[in-house]
Amino acid sequence: MKTNENSRREFLATTLLAGAALAGCGGNPFTPDEVTDVKPSGEMVKLLSVDGEIIEVDKAFLKPVPEMPSVPNSEARVGIPGKKFAMVIDLSRCKSVKKCQSACNHMHHIHPGQNWIKVYPMQESEKTAPYWQPTTCMHCDEPPCVKVCPVDATFKRKDGIVLIDSDRCVGCRFCMAACPYSSRVFNWEEPQIEKEIADKPYSCETSVPQKKGTVGKCDFCPDMVRQGSLPHCVSACPNGVFFFGDILEDSVTNGAETFRFSDLIKDKSGYRLMEDLGTKPSVYYLPPVNRNFPFENTESEKK
Amino acid sequence: MEKLAENKIVQDLLPQKFGKQGQIWVVCLLAICAVGFYAYCRQLYYGLEVTALRDYASWGIYISNFVFFVAISLVGSLITAVLRLTDVHWSTPLTRIAEIIAVSAISFAGLIIIVDMGRPDRFYNLFTHGRLQSPIIWDVIVITTYLFISLLLLYFPLLPDLKIMIAFKEKNGKSLQKLYEFLGSFWKNKPEQFKITDKAINILSITIIPVAFAIHTVTSWLFATTYRPGWDSTNFGAYFISGAFLVGAGGVLIAMYVFRTHYKLEKYITDDHFDKMGKVVVLLALVYLYFNINEFLVPAFKMKKSEEEHLMGLFTGEFSPIFWFAISASMLIPILILVFKKGRKPKWAFFAGILVVVGSWFKRFLIVTPTLLHPFLPMHDVPKNYTTYIPTWEEWAIAGGSLAGALLVITFFARIFPIIPIHETIIETDSHEKA
Repeated sequence: MKTNENSRREFLATTLLAGAALAGCGGNPFTPDEVTDVKPSGEMVKLLSVDGEIIEVDKAFLKPVPEMPSVPNSEARVGIPGKKFAMVIDLSRCKSVKKCQSACNHMHHIHPGQNWIKVYPMQESEKTAPYWQPTTCMHCDEPPCVKVCPVDATFKRKDGIVLIDSDRCVGCRFCMAACPYSSRVFNWEEPQIEKEIADKPYSCETSVPQKKGTVGKCDFCPDMVRQGSLPHCVSACPNGVFFFGDILEDSVTNGAETFRFSDLIKDKSGYRLMEDLGTKPSVYYLPPVNRNFPFENTESEKK
Repeated sequence: MEKLAENKIVQDLLPQKFGKQGQIWVVCLLAICAVGFYAYCRQLYYGLEVTALRDYASWGIYISNFVFFVAISLVGSLITAVLRLTDVHWSTPLTRIAEIIAVSAISFAGLIIIVDMGRPDRFYNLFTHGRLQSPIIWDVIVITTYLFISLLLLYFPLLPDLKIMIAFKEKNGKSLQKLYEFLGSFWKNKPEQFKITDKAINILSITIIPVAFAIHTVTSWLFATTYRPGWDSTNFGAYFISGAFLVGAGGVLIAMYVFRTHYKLEKYITDDHFDKMGKVVVLLALVYLYFNINEFLVPAFKMKKSEEEHLMGLFTGEFSPIFWFAISASMLIPILILVFKKGRKPKWAFFAGILVVVGSWFKRFLIVTPTLLHPFLPMHDVPKNYTTYIPTWEEWAIAGGSLAGALLVITFFARIFPIIPIHETIIETDSHEKA
């Protein structure tokens, strides 16, 4: 309940801030001709002003901001200061429900058939146990994709996230060849997105809208993180497979449970994929022991 | 006496108008180019969707074609620079053939890489946002350098020939005469001028060798700087360069035969030239074979899990027919033909040259695609057609169009300029007679 109230207050404050910003830009949102259209309703609401004071405004004068404006490209390239994001994927909890995948595909308007999150049926060798392995972008600390990009279209931020500037990408696909985790996908044709979304300016943090002839991949949803929310895959997973958090704070959460990151990795013997390549991923895996579900591969039957 | 011989040489070597065969050849090439252009327009409009490229096989025959073009262009440096600096004189009539192959191939290498780009409209980003740590930028730099050095190596030896051609005003026609005068009217055959160009050619011959090594080494690094099985190899630079010299020499064998029979140049491109070029090809094929053994046998001995799928795909799997065809056509059979004196006769050498070039083209395909279809994590969660790669007609048309375009450049060059250096041939015959 408390968090709800908090977020509403934050929202209103931002509305005011946005209004003030608009006023600063020269166009006063409360210009007389606009005000004449709006009749005071008499219902007053309390708001938190920029100075931290509680003020009262007539509800009729409030204009909802349709959405938070995304951060400018220059800021999106730097990242969120003082953070170092990481993900922990608990393989013992995954039964390939793929809600992570569908939520991700939906929110990023990914081309039908393509996926940024893949859920692999893995089996190292004949006698070893099979398990499900969801993969996102590994957001490597030594990202091979960033090394090879000729135009700095894919870049590593200070908070550890690797993003793509689809307005700059030339579509050479060298990053796709360089990525050992096959986490990158390409927009081979004009993305099938509603016009309303396709017309929006591209934001590196939302990775929306995807553009023809450029590369896309999992972005760790920094737009959600900026708002204090979790990436879409984390909140969509019904089994709490995905934990997301800040290594500097040493905590990761799947929404319902929060762990100390270092303890979780220590207690459950966390590891990273293809450590031998030296890419230093930001995604950690907890081995599939004491599983919540048996491994049932219905996919192979479907084929 | 000497004057007569000189006139004969000039008459023999002046560029000739297209005959009927030549016209048909040009029309065919233009038609192939036109189809390729139409296919490229479709690709521009619909996106790379029209290709069979997908998330796993994200590079295909455009990139193999690019590698092929870069490879074949290396022959310019081999014939003009390496042989010149080592004081080998028999190759003089072949220098211009080699150099125009180099110029035309390297230009089309640049074009085909733009064709492969998802956003060719943002090509300028390579200059406005280029980052030096990307091997692609290295490639842009060295390929441009190589193109300019090759153009100069084509141009400087052409100057005395231009003077000779300018003298045949009626024969040239108005527009060609203008072109020749624009390019070479300042050339007066003065000793000082020769001194300058000789020096320039020497400097260029020396500089082009490291640049030539760089273009193909960097091209190999586009693959070798990644982690993938089949590409992650320290052998790659040398492997690429040896293959490049081989395909270039094969290309020269073909061009020698075509120009010789078509322009009746038997006196200038002699059986002896085929004999010597044939020996060069055998040597280069053996060197390339050596690097292939290194490239495939060493990982096959260990059979690391990640390499195994890739290697077995080549040796006995889905790519084995192309693999064994490429190995035998580009190396084994040409060696078997050219190692015998009879095999180095023009017709056989021509046939061996074709085998080398065709085999090498498919070899480039095998370097690019099979690796991409054997990623570290298994191919999963993608539509079925993402797991294979069979090029579409648009890709074949564009790749074919680029090859036809390169041949067209060579053809028109031979129409406008003497394909055998006239001046140098005169000097060579003179020195022979004196000796």
